[in-house]
Amino acid sequence: MILLTCPNCGERNVAEFRFGGECKKRPANPEESASDAAWVDYLYLKENKLGMQQEWWYHRAGCGRWFIAERHTNTQVVEKTYFWESSQ
Amino acid sequence: MSIKLLKQALNGQKSLTPMWRQHPLKERYDVVIIGGGIHGLACAYYLVKNHGLTDVAVLEKRYIGAGGSGRNTTIIRSNYLTPEGILFYDESVKLYEELSEALDFNVMFSQRGHLTLAHTDASLRTMRWRAEVNQLQGVNSIVIYPDDIKKLVPFMDVSDHLRYPVLGALYHPPGGVIRHDAVVWGYARGADQRGVHLHQTTEVTGIDVENNRVVGVQTNRGRIKTGVVLNATAGWCSLIAAMAGVKLPVETRPLQASVTEPLKPFLDTVVVSGTLHFYLSQSDRGELVMGASVDPFTSYAQDSTLSFVEGLAAHVLELFPSLANVRLLRQWAGLCDMTPDYSPIMGFTPVEGFLVDVGWGTYGFKAGPVSGKRMAELIATNRTPDLIAPFSYDRFFQGRLVGEKGAASVGH
Repeated sequence: MILLTCPNCGERNVAEFRFGGECKKRPANPEESASDAAWVDYLYLKENKLGMQQEWWYHRAGCGRWFIAERHTNTQVVEKTYFWESSQ
Repeated sequence: MSIKLLKQALNGQKSLTPMWRQHPLKERYDVVIIGGGIHGLACAYYLVKNHGLTDVAVLEKRYIGAGGSGRNTTIIRSNYLTPEGILFYDESVKLYEELSEALDFNVMFSQRGHLTLAHTDASLRTMRWRAEVNQLQGVNSIVIYPDDIKKLVPFMDVSDHLRYPVLGALYHPPGGVIRHDAVVWGYARGADQRGVHLHQTTEVTGIDVENNRVVGVQTNRGRIKTGVVLNATAGWCSLIAAMAGVKLPVETRPLQASVTEPLKPFLDTVVVSGTLHFYLSQSDRGELVMGASVDPFTSYAQDSTLSFVEGLAAHVLELFPSLANVRLLRQWAGLCDMTPDYSPIMGFTPVEGFLVDVGWGTYGFKAGPVSGKRMAELIATNRTPDLIAPFSYDRFFQGRLVGEKGAASVGH
């Protein structure tokens, strides 16, 4: 993968970005009732998918915003990129 | 030897015998090892040799040594940071020292000395720390300074006018390089001779689990019944573990390496720089073998990138400016199974009979013999040997990570 599209700045060299790992759901009620196992799952365990993956990227040499990309982990095809807020 | 080779070339190599045999897939095996790299093969070898378990199959999706075992930069060392890591890797170095004799196969282990350079006060402090902990565990490591480094590596620029001048180095004399293919073939032949079935081009497509117990494995060549499955598949380990319903703390990243055209011998140590992100050694053929840190994002594609060689060459030339006109010969990538604490995961999982020997990241080859030996002991005795107990899967659930980031990798 050479180019990645920042939803704010447009198509840029991938070297401008930092990869932030696969997207995961935070444990429900993190401050009160989330179990240790839920935290371990959130912090450490990964699906590490072979296929389309939802993942975090950070545009460090650009607008400085985090966004989500849907990328195939073998072919490197990026289907779409968007801000988390816009997917809610 | 050469006359024998010539004769075989003339008779169509009919008198050559294969290094290992082919077998039909049996319906049942006591132990099934997934992954025909150094870890899986070493485990199979020690299962028979040390514990007399011969009903063992090794399943390999492609061919023996096709993955990381044939793609690494062959550096062997034990100068780690944590006492657990040092003891573990030190046993591996000792096994490597005796390996040619044990396997009756020349693995060309060359203990030429290993230098980890420090370019900042902070990394020099870490080198002193590592040297102290190494010496306490009986591992030969000392901190040396530019005058002595210059004697060991005369072609390297150790002057103080670089952007990142060399302030010192952790010198580890027992470290060195090895012929990685020979190690893999030697273990494969040794296991085959003792009765292990090696199945190449045999891809695992599913793992049968009943009542939280492994009962069999599905492959592209049919079903196998077994009670014990070892996952030794490095970059693909998350996919295999998912078949058994186990989620691993692993992400797969490519690690690239490259070699230059052959040069006359001028570098007889291994040189590593964490700050400049490279490691460098000269092979017996004269090629410079170079590697750097893992790629910046996860991937299952073993692609080579231009940005990798650009960065690598710039950093190598900073310390070895005389290599500026040397041409690159090859570049390749292998897959690394990175864990959050840069330590491997060995042993039992929540699914009974499903064992892992994964999370080997960028440091798996140097640990092949010891992990094979200790995983074989674990399978034979159904108990976790003390040496690998710190690296169990449940350490992530108990909050006792083994932080080797400072010593395991050049990229962090």
